[in-house]
Amino acid sequence: MSFINNLRDKFRRAPRPARERLGDTLFRIIAFLAAATIVLIIALLVIQLFRGAIPSIREFGAGFLSSTEWDPGNDLYGAWPFIYGTLVSSLLALLMAVPLSLGIAIFLSQFAPRWLRSPLGFIVELLAAIPSVVYGLWGIFVLAPFLGETVEPFFSGHLGSIPIFAGPVYGVGLFSAAVVLAVMILPTISAISRESMLNVPRDLKEAAQALGATPWETIRMSVLPLARPGIIGAVILGLGRALGETMAVTMVIGNRPEASASIFAPAYTIASVIANEFAEVTAGLHMAALIELALILLAITLLLNLLARLLVQQTGARAARGKDKRA
Amino acid sequence: MAGSITTNNLSATFGEVRAIEGISIEIIANKVTALIGPSGCGKSTFLRCLNRMHELVPGAGTTGEVIWDGRNIYAPDVDATDVRRGIGMVFQKPNPFPLMSIADNVSAGLRLAGSKRNKSAMEEAVERSLRLAALWDEVKNKLHKPGGSLSGGQQQRLCIARALAVEPDVILMDEPCSALDPASTQKIEDTMDKLKDNYTIVIVTHNMQQAGRVSDFTGFLLTQESGEPGRLIEYGPTSKIFTMPDHKETENYITGRFG
Repeated sequence: MSFINNLRDKFRRAPRPARERLGDTLFRIIAFLAAATIVLIIALLVIQLFRGAIPSIREFGAGFLSSTEWDPGNDLYGAWPFIYGTLVSSLLALLMAVPLSLGIAIFLSQFAPRWLRSPLGFIVELLAAIPSVVYGLWGIFVLAPFLGETVEPFFSGHLGSIPIFAGPVYGVGLFSAAVVLAVMILPTISAISRESMLNVPRDLKEAAQALGATPWETIRMSVLPLARPGIIGAVILGLGRALGETMAVTMVIGNRPEASASIFAPAYTIASVIANEFAEVTAGLHMAALIELALILLAITLLLNLLARLLVQQTGARAARGKDKRA
Repeated sequence: MAGSITTNNLSATFGEVRAIEGISIEIIANKVTALIGPSGCGKSTFLRCLNRMHELVPGAGTTGEVIWDGRNIYAPDVDATDVRRGIGMVFQKPNPFPLMSIADNVSAGLRLAGSKRNKSAMEEAVERSLRLAALWDEVKNKLHKPGGSLSGGQQQRLCIARALAVEPDVILMDEPCSALDPASTQKIEDTMDKLKDNYTIVIVTHNMQQAGRVSDFTGFLLTQESGEPGRLIEYGPTSKIFTMPDHKETENYITGRFG
């Protein structure tokens, strides 16, 4: 035994070379700097935007958010039509994309035969690689005319008494933009949801299956509850992309700064108006108003992210407390 | 009897790999049958063939018959989910639904289409199953807490309660105590003893002493050559298998000379 003890002492007391400790410290510093950069970039971005927006904030105050006037000729600016167009087009897109994406994710992760999984998953991810200007072209030449001649007249003809379907149809407008956005965020939402569904451990699926659960019941009982945080994360990412998408939306939304109740009416988004007007503006109030719009877009994205995060935490906490109040 | 299971020439494969071959055995109702054998001999695969869980693994296949309740569960007109409702299963690793409450975990099977119950019947079933699994006293004041909050031993008894709630004839246990401490193991063995009156139990175990303690019948499976499928070497009353087995391999394994 003394031999082993000697050996043990020998190894335990061997000090680490100083060089190695220095490397550790350096590595820690580099990692910290990398993490700090991201905070710095966001902080600088917010500060710069805020500074650029000051003239507009001074001139219009909080009224900027609610004013519907956007008249560069008379130097009058209001953000509401753009906020409205951005939110409604993105939420409509989510409404269409989320159910479809979940269907895709469930099929790919639970039902698709193995040989089909990779190719099909690849095709779905390929959708994300298509440049948005291509979607825009497709939207303006194919989708918008199609919707304007078939889907939209059908709804406005039969359900025209409901304000959201009322009014003339043009093809280009909120609805077409939402459909294009839905196609664009589909791959993001379905790919991430599929990942989180695939990560549900097999033994938890077997727990349901061993009770005699059908495939759908197994998904409802085991897969969806455990994949929920991932699915919500996927939806947030999709929403983020929809809110910020510029090119494709600009090409099909009609670019009219009006907040109309009808989803078939032309509208305008924050990202689109910035892209459209930045080239013509030199300085002054117009520039400040555009920068303030950018600040608002940033705030909306941040706010929705926070909201979604809260939602994840709350459903998680509720699940942890247990839903069953009977006991 | 509803609780007995007879296999005829049962073989199972994973793709090209033959896991078990030609197993014929008659599992007696309302008894505990232990399946023993070295790692990789196919005893878990055999168990999973008895309630058609094996086929859920991609590429898995079976041939032969498993007769339960008077019919071959692999007949084309038999629905696998019906089989699994009648032949419950407890797994090696405790797998309660982690976010679901304790009560909901137990009644999970009763909320499925095939076994729907009304609310009061469900609450009754929850209490009865938890009592049977010897967990009631420990959780009766926190039925709304998530299943994942229990200790490992409690989780495994929760899984037993969950399997019992749908009132199966047979309960298959795949090394149910291998992840548990001795005290929890003791509780589960006591539970098995109680369950024998109304249920048929088939347990796969690595623990020879456990097989000796809990089972009435024992089957010994073995892979004779590497690459060969597992076969049933010997099957009979536990007292006989453990004291005077017919086969040399059985004796060697039981006395700890290999495996």
